[in-house]
Amino acid sequence: MTDTMDRPNPPENGQAGDRQPISTSSEWTFDLIRKYDEEIAKCAAEFGLDTYPNQIEVISAEQMMDAYSSVGMPVGYHHWSFGKQFLSTSKGYQRGQMGLAYEIVINSNPCIAYLMEENTLPMQALVVAHACYGHNSFFKGNYLFRTWTDASAIIDYLVFARNYVAECEERHGVDAVEQILDSCHALMNYGVDRYKRPAPISASEEQRRQQEREEYQQRRINDLWRTIPRLNDDDDTVKNKTRFPEEPQENILYFIEKNAPLLETWQREIVRIVRKLGQYFYPQRQTQVMNEGWASFWHYTLLHAMYEKGLVNDGFMLEFLQSHTAVVYQPPFNSPWYSGLNPYTLGFSIYTDLRRICEHPTDEDRQWFPDIAGTDWVETLHFAMANFKDESFIQQFLSPKVMRDLKLFSIQNDDQEDVYRVTAIHDEPGYRILREKLARQYNLSYREPNIQVWNVDVRGDRSLTLRHVPVDRVPLGDETEEVLRHVHRLWGFDVHLESVDEGTVVEEYHCPRHALDDEDDD
Amino acid sequence: MGMTHVVDRRLNGKNKSAVNRERFLRRYRHHIKKAVADAVQRRSITDIERGESVSIPSQDIEEPIFHHGQGGKREMVHPGNQEFVAGDTIPKPPGGGGGGQGHGKASPDGEGMDEFAFQITQEEFLDFLFDDLELPNLARKKLKDTESFKYVRSGFTTVGVPAKLDVVRSLRGAHARRLGLGGARKKKIRDLEEQLEALKTAPEDLDPAFSHEDQIQVLEDEIARLRANIRRIPFIDEIDLRYRQHQKQPQPATSAVMFCLMDVSGSMTQMHKDIAKRFFILLYLFLKKNYKKIEVVFIRHHTSAKEVDEEEFFYSRETGGTIVSSALKLMKKIVESRYPPSEWNIYAAQASDGDNWNDDSPVCSKILAESILPLVQYYAYTEITPQDHQMLWYEYEKIMERFPNSFAMQQIADPGEIYPVFRQLFERKAA
Repeated sequence: MTDTMDRPNPPENGQAGDRQPISTSSEWTFDLIRKYDEEIAKCAAEFGLDTYPNQIEVISAEQMMDAYSSVGMPVGYHHWSFGKQFLSTSKGYQRGQMGLAYEIVINSNPCIAYLMEENTLPMQALVVAHACYGHNSFFKGNYLFRTWTDASAIIDYLVFARNYVAECEERHGVDAVEQILDSCHALMNYGVDRYKRPAPISASEEQRRQQEREEYQQRRINDLWRTIPRLNDDDDTVKNKTRFPEEPQENILYFIEKNAPLLETWQREIVRIVRKLGQYFYPQRQTQVMNEGWASFWHYTLLHAMYEKGLVNDGFMLEFLQSHTAVVYQPPFNSPWYSGLNPYTLGFSIYTDLRRICEHPTDEDRQWFPDIAGTDWVETLHFAMANFKDESFIQQFLSPKVMRDLKLFSIQNDDQEDVYRVTAIHDEPGYRILREKLARQYNLSYREPNIQVWNVDVRGDRSLTLRHVPVDRVPLGDETEEVLRHVHRLWGFDVHLESVDEGTVVEEYHCPRHALDDEDDD
Repeated sequence: MGMTHVVDRRLNGKNKSAVNRERFLRRYRHHIKKAVADAVQRRSITDIERGESVSIPSQDIEEPIFHHGQGGKREMVHPGNQEFVAGDTIPKPPGGGGGGQGHGKASPDGEGMDEFAFQITQEEFLDFLFDDLELPNLARKKLKDTESFKYVRSGFTTVGVPAKLDVVRSLRGAHARRLGLGGARKKKIRDLEEQLEALKTAPEDLDPAFSHEDQIQVLEDEIARLRANIRRIPFIDEIDLRYRQHQKQPQPATSAVMFCLMDVSGSMTQMHKDIAKRFFILLYLFLKKNYKKIEVVFIRHHTSAKEVDEEEFFYSRETGGTIVSSALKLMKKIVESRYPPSEWNIYAAQASDGDNWNDDSPVCSKILAESILPLVQYYAYTEITPQDHQMLWYEYEKIMERFPNSFAMQQIADPGEIYPVFRQLFERKAA
């Protein structure tokens, strides 16, 4: 890691005597949290961090477990999966197998951050810097969040969703609602148009339009199906002339919401709710490295600024640095603790090195980053934060130095070979290859199978066909049939899924399963 | 940069997840019921009354999503390289398959891959244990003792101890009193002030008898007097004080007594008694769920019967023959002296290996039919024997025909049957 990271700067000459820490005990009080926040806010402003107003909520460990299990939604509809999450969280916590996160932060305006009461004062300060100024400014600045989420509307929307689901449970029974939710959750990651700008969510708008929708939606769907079964033009030429949809649709949930023939209105509404939530989480799934790295960089930088101003003492810094080090620790690949690249480490290293490249560029930096080397670092970091997602961020800013520091290397695992191959390491010929491979690793369509709505047999049996396009021959996992059953529940007619690799169907799934499949499997 | 708002949420509701947790248990109730039934077989009697760890196969609770499977060609970047250089090859471990992490299913909870384990509480444990069971002939009897009272709020009173002073009420009263006493005077003052103002601005009368100055003096005196009056109205007075009043209300308590009757003659081995004990414990827990207050009477018998404490009931051993009727007679006596059926719900469970003096069995049946069954809500007989029935069983069978609602009998051959038999005895009957 970089030099600046290893130790706090020693107090400058003559400053030691002036040092007037805000507090010296490690017990927090509400007053102290306010004071620290005030000072951190000043430092943040000096670095140009632009944030939503903050709402800091101090909660107990039990409440933290609650917050955990609702996947970071401050208000959520009821579902067994959240209960499952809660059970495993509380068990892990009680057994001491896992610590709870120090904080949870909600992308909302005001930005809500939960602080656990068990934290010491330095921890609370760390969390305030990390969440309330780091994550918060990321939520406000990053283009994906700006495009896909509406921070000021999310809480209202969640309340709307919760009430709507509760109402449905009352009217249609818990089981019926649970089934729909289960099926929608299975497709939650397929509820986004990646390349179209979505309409922002708004609770009041939703409520207003919900009624209208109820009326015209059913009509629309009826129109779609009205043309259907005229027995006699069932010959193949007519059948294959046009596909519906004309273009493949990647937003499967949207397609179902608008076109599934048998869904009742309230069911469509629930599909919509899950889709909207998927949309809300979409940016988070694509900016983990950037977001955590940004927040870590700023807690580190802001608390050092506090130290330089004499507002915190050495004891504070020691405790803070210990936590910080734990957060950005990266176990090597052969360690028993290794579970992939730590996004905190990767992100923190990239931002830290960006600052170095701006402030103290080497020849290598000038060659690799001619536009950045020697520029204003605050401006450059803000630019990097605002305009990228993990994939492009790594592609753009992962420097040779970071690759060397982390000793990155890439391994190829081809099922047609008996050996793993080391394809690149942290050396001159490897830098570009590594960077490209790592960037791709964070590409959502590489992480998740590319599956789209391909066709509906509008004139025939109304079956829905999804198409999977494999990358590098990677097949679908063993839960595919299970997911297909959920698609079938939503669609109401036969569902097919075909993996098509370069024009050849390499694998097929059907729900309900064909009689032939059953024989094959046995 | 916006303002920060710091809120203390610690006192807000904790159990935000309670409903979701309940939904989870509901969804997997079949799994949990099975785990609970297994636990009952496994556990020792004394610790049946606690929660239980339940394991569900992970695949049963998975939330499926589309993900990548094994195979194909993939590349991963890892940290911490030590000796590799580009082009190195590493043999795959025999057995082929996965390359370490991969995109496979990560277990989200850090548990092992095959089991999802969690705790249910004691209460939930009992709920699942006794799910679908019902106490037959449950009746709410007249409350037995008046020892339990509840204090309920019953408005306000003007006398009380300082601890019960209701400040808001009292101040509200004081405010009303001040308005009541001072309002008229304040209005008067306002009127007088208007007159005063009018006098002051009006042109001076020529006649000194109508001198404004005098009139002003009079008005000002009157105003001052009224003001002083108002000031004398106390801010708070003793009559304003209000105290919260609580009243004692007797708490209706439904009481039950459970008679445990067990044969301890020589033919009852420790294994027999263990089975009996488990059965009694189940019954006890079940009753406890239904009644706030429950008493247990232990009666053991061989040729003669004796009321004993729990310890002796389960652990001491006797030899000799068996006269079951002795226990029934003792039970009847105890009911008559201590548990009037008008006040108590009476349950009885009898465990025996079926052994009895043949001459005694008709006596038992007679006592049961004439003296005991009319008094009790439910009488359950369990015969712990893998062997053929003897006389007692056949006598009891006749009883069951006559009293299908208050008498039930089952046979238990080994410990595994305790819980199923218990369930059969208390199965909720379709109305």
